[in-house]
Amino acid sequence: MSEALVETRRPFRWPQLLICLYGIVWRESLRFLHQRERFVSALVRPLVWLFIFAAGFRQTLGVSIIPPYDTYVLYEVYIAPGLIAMIQLFNGMQSSLSMVYDREMGSMRMLLVSPAPRWFLLTSKLIAGVAVSILQVYAFLVVAYFWEIEPPTWWGYLTVFPALALSGLMLGALGMLLSSLIKQLENFAGVMNFVIFPMFFASSALYPLWRVQQGSPWLATVCRFNPFTYAVELIRFAFYGQVNWLALGVVVGCTAAFLGGAVIAYDPARGMLMRRGG
Amino acid sequence: MTSIVAAPRKTTVSALSVQNVSHAYGARVALDKVSFEVEPASFTVLLGLNGAGKSTLFSVITHLYASRSGAVRIFGHDVARESGAALALLGVVFQQRTLDPDLSVGQNLAYHGALHGIGRRETRTRQAAQLARVGLIDRTRDKARNLSGGQMRRVEIARALLHRPRMLLLDEPTAGLDIKARADILKVVRGLVADERIGVLWTTHLVDEVRDDDHVVVLHKGRVLADSPSRSVITATNTGSIGEAFTRLTAPSQEEGEL
Repeated sequence: MSEALVETRRPFRWPQLLICLYGIVWRESLRFLHQRERFVSALVRPLVWLFIFAAGFRQTLGVSIIPPYDTYVLYEVYIAPGLIAMIQLFNGMQSSLSMVYDREMGSMRMLLVSPAPRWFLLTSKLIAGVAVSILQVYAFLVVAYFWEIEPPTWWGYLTVFPALALSGLMLGALGMLLSSLIKQLENFAGVMNFVIFPMFFASSALYPLWRVQQGSPWLATVCRFNPFTYAVELIRFAFYGQVNWLALGVVVGCTAAFLGGAVIAYDPARGMLMRRGG
Repeated sequence: MTSIVAAPRKTTVSALSVQNVSHAYGARVALDKVSFEVEPASFTVLLGLNGAGKSTLFSVITHLYASRSGAVRIFGHDVARESGAALALLGVVFQQRTLDPDLSVGQNLAYHGALHGIGRRETRTRQAAQLARVGLIDRTRDKARNLSGGQMRRVEIARALLHRPRMLLLDEPTAGLDIKARADILKVVRGLVADERIGVLWTTHLVDEVRDDDHVVVLHKGRVLADSPSRSVITATNTGSIGEAFTRLTAPSQEEGEL
């Protein structure tokens, strides 16, 4: 038996995995740069809310002193974290859309024939989406700075980063889980109606929970069970250099649950792909 | 670590071994106990009409999903259990166009290299060699969307070879191409079999792509109806060409045929 019967390549180790991760992030960024409209609309959307909606509601809604704020704040300042989370929510759903697109176009299959473990491929794809969303958020923060929305100290721009990474991961993982359930591109309108709008409006993004409680106790309960509320609060506190531990716990827990669900959904032996043949 | 799982009667291990693979979507049976082998340095044609189960078989071989029963091995590595080792030896050209149209040819290949854990510099060397092989080295910087259908296919073949697979899977690679482009692609792939001793599984429904010494697997309604060299299939069916043989094998049988 001089001839080797079975040829074996070196298995993937950390250097190969890192190259793989880098490649996926690099491709996602290139695609993002090629889609300038996507960047512009990602920036314009929260700015419309900030310049028009918040300005209009400035007099109607007063926000009392609630943590992390230690003075009265303008309504614009209050909703800024909600708008940041909205950027990430849209981005998470858009990367899920791009996964459905990829699947229809076959490039999802290109990704999945890589010898790297599947959970790693999906996580890399997720990280690539989060990186793009963080870029969008900082672009928004630059514009918002001129609208006098700024953290109490410059450190806020740094301390908000880990919060953005975590909330981006959670919303991206949710999008990925949804992408395994959506059959075709046309269903994105459904995602808007049934995921993005309810998540955004039934949260603490636009109004503090205590005010919701006064108006509608059941809605306040819904908001308390909405993971998006915790993404918003995590960002809000982090921007002020503080940690909201409850929000941190919920966001980490939901990220794990959503990502776990997505890995199962894309699992060759159990997943949704097999049942449909797509 | 060597894992020699091939049957002891064989002296070499198959490039691709499909054993008793069955799969169903709900009640609809897509693959029914499908078995065949592709030897290294062989050109095997998988002939089947649309709906024969080729796509399902492709999905199972590329580990998009696992079959309900049976096993697929690439050089002895079980796709479901040692998918990393199996996929590292497998190159795939999908029927759908999978190049990113907004990226350049070089960027498309670089992405694929990264997915296979190959560093940037090494990828660049290899991509030059593979693009030269398919005659498109001068198009490296062009956007993929500016290539013709035949050129895209050739780029996809170059890309599939980047990680030096020993087994190459091509799903209807010539669908929708003109005669010249088809001939170019066939020539490149047959060259791989002869020069690099790569095992090739080529699916098609175009019988004129089959040569007499090719191995032919006929898949019909999820079942393998023939699995032998082309000329044996012709002899066994008592026909004059592989085209007639294929028509006869896949024709509705006398009993169930209408009138």
